[in-house]
Amino acid sequence: MTAVVRTEGLGRKYGRRWALRDCDLAIPAGRVVGLVGPNGAGKTTLLNMVVGQLAPSAGTIEVLGGRPASGPAQLAKVGFVAQDTPTYASLTVADHLRLGARLNPGWDAALARDRIERLGLDPARRAGRLSGGQRAQLALTLGIAKRPELLILDEPVAALDPLARREFLASLMEAVAEHSISVVLSSHLMSDLERVCDHLVVVVDSRVRVAGDVDDLLTAHHRLTGPRRDAARLPSGQHVVSASHTDRQSTFVVRTDGPIHDPAWTVGEVGLEDLVLAYMTPKTEDRPALEALR
Amino acid sequence: MIEFHLDAGSGVSPYMQLVRQVRHALRLDLLREGDQLPTVKDVVAQLAINPNTVLKAYRELEHEGLVAARPGVGTFVTRSLAGGSLAAHGPLRQDLRRWLAKARLAGLDDESIEALFMTTFRAAAQEDIA
Repeated sequence: MTAVVRTEGLGRKYGRRWALRDCDLAIPAGRVVGLVGPNGAGKTTLLNMVVGQLAPSAGTIEVLGGRPASGPAQLAKVGFVAQDTPTYASLTVADHLRLGARLNPGWDAALARDRIERLGLDPARRAGRLSGGQRAQLALTLGIAKRPELLILDEPVAALDPLARREFLASLMEAVAEHSISVVLSSHLMSDLERVCDHLVVVVDSRVRVAGDVDDLLTAHHRLTGPRRDAARLPSGQHVVSASHTDRQSTFVVRTDGPIHDPAWTVGEVGLEDLVLAYMTPKTEDRPALEALR
Repeated sequence: MIEFHLDAGSGVSPYMQLVRQVRHALRLDLLREGDQLPTVKDVVAQLAINPNTVLKAYRELEHEGLVAARPGVGTFVTRSLAGGSLAAHGPLRQDLRRWLAKARLAGLDDESIEALFMTTFRAAAQEDIA
């Protein structure tokens, strides 16, 4: 398997605090990867290490077979649209394209012009006077026209209205279809990720909690509902992701490779959003301990 | 040409929704032999979904022998699902209408009717498998 991003024991510290630690990832080529997790979980730290803007404090990282930002060839292979899709407010749309052409050896000028025209952007307009959706599309154009093999986007649609968001993701998916680039994007919007992602990485509390192809993850996770039972009494092959109990009933989200035979359980499927939430929610058994700490 | 749509809250995976919409159109004779399916790029641009999802759906339909891909041209319908069964729709619909009228007369509301139909449908399907 060719991995576009491979990390082993990757970590980054700010002072004494680990922003990300013990991160082992192998992201296959040709995927659209959704990176999800609560704010401050370490998503941006991970993305900044992938593009090489941030050096690791521990472990190794390999992107498209090379060290991030190790030279012009490596830089040309990876596109990056940073948080809030930044542009230069006082530069015009045409200035941005000229800048892109000067800074990127593989710049595809025809593609950039064509995209700007289809988006109906006035080349003479300053980026500061564009709408949020248009600015995001301009930033995406720069990212695509450098013709990278891997495109990284940090919460590109967070600030956009629903229509601009849909248009942005459609543009991004068109680029994936046309140029077969791999994409990693972070987002909180599960409904968007469900449409566009075929691989998911969930980061919680500075650690990768789960990663894998969406189809595999959906087949491996189940919701079990039945009479109250302790998580410790589930078979060893069933890894408990989340648990909640009432006085009579227990509900578990479990990860398992095998089928579930116990007739006491009602077995249900877990959608992508619920799967992510299950990993983000602390297990109820842990809660009393947390309360005691306060 | 058919136009796809996605129902985010349905719980059915996007790829399966596309497969079902094509089968549905074939059954209702909205798609016929020789018709072209939208290109992957068109579906992607219209729905903002992962191109692999569309490819997977088209491969599944190809596997079922319903469509065939012509490289560089597009994906085309090779078989209809309407045919003989379409003629049977009329009488079956009439039977169903009579049954619905009976159910209402017995005091069932819409939800109860739907639930009764679905549980019977599932039970029958399971007996067929067993």
